[in-house]
Amino acid sequence: MRFLNWIRQIIAVTGMNLRNIPSRPGSSIVAMLGIAGVVAVLVAILSIGAGFEKTLAGTGSPDTAVVIRAGSSSELSSGIGSDDARIVSQAPGIATGETGVLASAELYVVVDVPKRSSGTDANVPLRGVQDTAFEVRRNLRIVEGRRFESGLREIIVGRGAAREFAGLDLGAEITWGSNQWTIVGIFEDNGSLAESEIWTDAPVLQDAYNRGSSFQTVRVRLESADAFSTFKDALTADSRLDVSVERENDFYAAQSGVLTNIVNVLGGSITFLMGLGAIFAAILTMYAAVSARTREIATLRALGFGGSPIVISVLIEALVLGILGGLAGGLVAYFGFNGFQTSTLNWASFSQVSFAFAVTLPLLVTGLVYAVLMGLFGGLLPSWKAARLPITTALREL
Amino acid sequence: MSESLVQVRGLTKIYKRGSERLTVLDNLDLDVARGDFVALMGPSGSGKTTLLNLIGGIDRPDSGSVQVGDRSIDQLSDRALAHWRSAHVGFVFQMFNLLPVLSAERNVELPLLLTGMSGSERRRRARTALSLVGLEDRASHKPAQLSGGQEQRVGIARAIVTDPELLLCDEPTGDLDRKSGDEILELLVALNESQGKTIIMVTHDPHAAERAKRTVHLDKGRLSMEAAA
Repeated sequence: MRFLNWIRQIIAVTGMNLRNIPSRPGSSIVAMLGIAGVVAVLVAILSIGAGFEKTLAGTGSPDTAVVIRAGSSSELSSGIGSDDARIVSQAPGIATGETGVLASAELYVVVDVPKRSSGTDANVPLRGVQDTAFEVRRNLRIVEGRRFESGLREIIVGRGAAREFAGLDLGAEITWGSNQWTIVGIFEDNGSLAESEIWTDAPVLQDAYNRGSSFQTVRVRLESADAFSTFKDALTADSRLDVSVERENDFYAAQSGVLTNIVNVLGGSITFLMGLGAIFAAILTMYAAVSARTREIATLRALGFGGSPIVISVLIEALVLGILGGLAGGLVAYFGFNGFQTSTLNWASFSQVSFAFAVTLPLLVTGLVYAVLMGLFGGLLPSWKAARLPITTALREL
Repeated sequence: MSESLVQVRGLTKIYKRGSERLTVLDNLDLDVARGDFVALMGPSGSGKTTLLNLIGGIDRPDSGSVQVGDRSIDQLSDRALAHWRSAHVGFVFQMFNLLPVLSAERNVELPLLLTGMSGSERRRRARTALSLVGLEDRASHKPAQLSGGQEQRVGIARAIVTDPELLLCDEPTGDLDRKSGDEILELLVALNESQGKTIIMVTHDPHAAERAKRTVHLDKGRLSMEAAA
């Protein structure tokens, strides 16, 4: 009975508080905007890491393996001779396609291309591949133009690179060093890392950059994801080779780790500081809102309403403002940043990766949780004060 | 002499401001009989409102006792005191203290939210209280849509809706023009005479005090004079 009475009081006072919100739109909007701003920044910053992670994660496939020189952490620092590449392509577990055994020996150089946004030069990967590369990466397709011809200085450009960098348009000619290249195609690969790259014929690239017959990686499509162990064991047991073998998805997950951590730590720090500011703003706003109702609250207490229902009802009001602010911030982040294209340096390859901010559901939930916490902290002190102020003092407030 | 409803004995209230101690009520005794209508008068700072607050249980004395009916309210816990107030006392405030977002009916209904009454029963009682103060046709109006006199009528309806025996009125006509003030006093007299409510009313206005059955004067925290009307 006493508990029911307590609940009734909370419902009654909360109802009044919530109905009060439109009568003081200024202070309510300030509280909501403060919280919305923090949530929007939090979600936007974290969406950078999520987008980068998504791009690299989308790149990897568990039934594809990447072979690099043992001790190398990236393609750039790896080196595999043509004989070793041939041995790798003869290992068990590799699938066979229309172009033969699905192993693509590749080399990888970095070229300077100006960014469209700033005009400053950035590193873009130029990858030399064999014909089998188009079958190893099963999702890759030419969306404009055609493939490069073997033996010609022709290149095809990933959709992300074409969007981010100047001069990479279909039909354009571009010069790196003493070599002139013609762009003959644009390709897509389900938004993967490959879309940040430029591709050409491997022997042409070896010749242009004096690489002899060496490669840096061999990428193979396995018969199935389960064939990985067979393939890896065969290579590591082969005394002629000194290579390391990883599943493609693991290879890129490791590369994304550095940047994702940086973004998350930076984002977390900035958001924490902004959140402190927003909590103080929410406290001040709630203080103002509660102060304006000091006499109303005192009247309720004089009539017999208890202190704890008043604390809880003010907290609920702050919570509602927090949730509304959180939803508003989440919407701003989603419509303002989701899919926003940019590029950044992939620290593992020292080349640019094009990716889109990804405002994901977990990030929106994180933002909402943060908003709820800000609302709760913001409402706690003012509600406590409102319930503790002597009734006789509060009744004299104007 | 009728049976006492309110018995105040040796009541002392001291306010501390820094190192300064201000004795607002000084060892005060007072009896208010059932069905009485008492006007509390005195200069500003004489302790009238403090005495009213102590009798109503919204403040606590430094020493002395306050007994209302058979209950010594100075011994009650905060929670028990709040519960006691909701059942036994009706407050009428100078500034009406209505909640601006609620209609007249919802304002009157407020004290009934503390009971286990059903919603329809609460609304029926609120309507009855509003009709007793002559405002049944203003039930859906918000306070801002009412005149000062009407607001105070709503305040009185809120005070009587739980049918308390004791009404405590702090300057109920202090914010009203003479005509509206007279109407409020008329209403309080009617509640005292026809409903048997015991009323203690703080006022500065001798004209208002004349409507009470007796007047108690306070000065510097003590009773200075008592007069029957």
